[in-house]
Amino acid sequence: MKLTTLLASAAMALGLASGAMADDPTKVGFVYVGPVGDGGWTYEHDQGRKAVEAAFGDKVETVYVENVAEGPDSERVMTQMALEGADLIFTTSFGYMDPTINVAKKFPNVKFEHATGYKRADNVSTYSARFYEGRAVQGVIAGHMTKSNVVGYIGSFPIPEVIRGINSAFIHAKKVNPDVEFKIVWAFTWFDPAKEADAAKVLIEQGADVILQHTDSTAPQAAAQAAGNVVTFGQASDMAEYGPFPRVSSIIDNWGPYYVARTKAVMDGTWESVDTWDGIAPGMVGIGEITDAVPTEVRAEALALKDAIAAGEYFPFTGPLKKQDGSDWLAEGETADDGTLAGMNFFVEGLTGDIPQ
Amino acid sequence: MIRLEKRPDPSRGWSLATPVVAVLATMLAGGLLFAALGKDPIVAIRTIFWEPLFGEFSFYYRPQLVVKGAPLVLIAIGLSLGFKAGIWNIGAEGQYIIGALTGAGVGLAFYPTESVFIFPLMVLAGALGGWAWAMIPAILKTRFGTNEILVSLMLVYVAEQLLASMSLGLLKNPEGFGFPGSRNLQQYDSAHNAELIAGSGLHWGAAAALIAVIFAYVLVNKHMTGFHIRLTGDAPRAARFAGVSPARLVLFCLGISGALAGLAGLFEVSGPAGVVSIDFNVGYGFTAIIVAFLGRLHPVGILLAGALMALTYIGGDIAQSNLGLPSAAIQVFQGMLLFFLLAFDVLTNFRIRLGASEVA
Repeated sequence: MKLTTLLASAAMALGLASGAMADDPTKVGFVYVGPVGDGGWTYEHDQGRKAVEAAFGDKVETVYVENVAEGPDSERVMTQMALEGADLIFTTSFGYMDPTINVAKKFPNVKFEHATGYKRADNVSTYSARFYEGRAVQGVIAGHMTKSNVVGYIGSFPIPEVIRGINSAFIHAKKVNPDVEFKIVWAFTWFDPAKEADAAKVLIEQGADVILQHTDSTAPQAAAQAAGNVVTFGQASDMAEYGPFPRVSSIIDNWGPYYVARTKAVMDGTWESVDTWDGIAPGMVGIGEITDAVPTEVRAEALALKDAIAAGEYFPFTGPLKKQDGSDWLAEGETADDGTLAGMNFFVEGLTGDIPQ
Repeated sequence: MIRLEKRPDPSRGWSLATPVVAVLATMLAGGLLFAALGKDPIVAIRTIFWEPLFGEFSFYYRPQLVVKGAPLVLIAIGLSLGFKAGIWNIGAEGQYIIGALTGAGVGLAFYPTESVFIFPLMVLAGALGGWAWAMIPAILKTRFGTNEILVSLMLVYVAEQLLASMSLGLLKNPEGFGFPGSRNLQQYDSAHNAELIAGSGLHWGAAAALIAVIFAYVLVNKHMTGFHIRLTGDAPRAARFAGVSPARLVLFCLGISGALAGLAGLFEVSGPAGVVSIDFNVGYGFTAIIVAFLGRLHPVGILLAGALMALTYIGGDIAQSNLGLPSAAIQVFQGMLLFFLLAFDVLTNFRIRLGASEVA
């Protein structure tokens, strides 16, 4: 017998079994790219897992595996969860995309949810958050707070999600401070405290007094604290332990409500393959408390922007905007469509340096 | 009072027993660790070592052992030749990356042409890529006397940067919406390193690993080059008097280990992984060093050691998912294996003596 048939029939048997016994808890699996204690990306996904447990109690059983390398290892871990009877599996890193699709083919009765990717199937949904909305708020604060007019940015990988964040932060920093300049360091990692700390130190030495990060550890916060006069923002998680200074605010990924809703859908049998891209308004992106280190009027301006985005009155990518090479991108009043944003691979005008190729 | 006394000759018995004792000690200490974390140690150890082989879903895990173990064995065989002669290639991870890049590059250059010649060409390119990357430390050592440990290790980081650059630029999938990563070779028949027998996990990389084991066994035991390798490791001066050219041996050992690491990378990227991505390498090149030593630098030993390491990886993931063990605990468990191996290795060369030391 071919393995696929074998796996499919095993899955089928499990599916039938769980269907027959309604009292059986719904099993939800989570595959994490980092450790649950990273204090950032994976930590927040695990908070989401805990929210699912809290919401459904005995009716749900959750399992997770952390530090799963993207590639064949993740495929094995997902297969293992499906074999062990998971009904719903969240795969929480971009690199899990092809493995998720592969495993989903073998287990048509198991539902999969892949974070930040673009490939879907009948039993694979995708979901992500509009972090660039939070970046706009950060940009306003960063533009006001910098005295050297140099803002450092620790990029992880030059992928659309990260480039979108840089553009959004820059556009809004520039609006409140026309002299602002961004220095970008690519760390080529999502989580590596040593590399992230080095990147932060390099940026500080180059005169940056505000640091934004798109990596998941708190190492840049610690580096800024050691430097003494450098402003930072929490990434993915609140990182409140570094407040009120250097951490003056944060972008918080809030996956809990989505995870609870999707688990509920599986329980009710209403689950469908969808593409979710939520922002500040539904609460998937949260703005952490803006501390007293930020002047009152700056805080008011940032909060007003946040409210305008949440109300749908303001869109962070609104023309007139040009690309880095000076060519026109958006005309006056025009807003970027989701397709362009999803695949964004260019800087906006005013940013220096190249996107690594 | 306990003291260590050097044996006149290394003990053959201990040399064979050490890996087994190390595994048992790891189980014991690991069990204590898991118990301290509030898990049933028997269940945890059983999950790691028994579940993948004989558990309910072993029909899936057994082939996965082959998938996980094959690159480890292939790389470790190459490394063991150099290690025997005191030539330390620590940069197999880099050679693995370059082999994957050159091999996948050749395949992608032909996309979407279908031909039976493409895969053999990719294999050749993968081996050449790994070989060429290993030649850098080899030539620097033979020409300028640089330290091959440092050079080969540093070249791993260079290779990682190249990998990132290739994933973002030259080899990026043109239909990937701007995301990094190449086309999926699993979906390109001529370049796909598919399973030879469906559901067995046996792909060309596993076949190559088995061939490498036999090749290394014959080389070391029956061939003049193998004799030179052993002689250089045991008695460098004697080797020189016997007419062994150290430079040629360095070129040979680094070259062959580079080529095998490159092959492992090619088979991985065209098979289980499928895509060239920024995070393609997951440390096989470094883990293979452990495998080489765990296998006593002996080809058959390396085969067994590779299987054992693969088992701890797969069993470790099962233990995480089923028992809620943190991944750090599994990593500590794997680290203990090498620690105990090195610790018990002392008994191969030394004897434990009880009582006061006698006056000589």
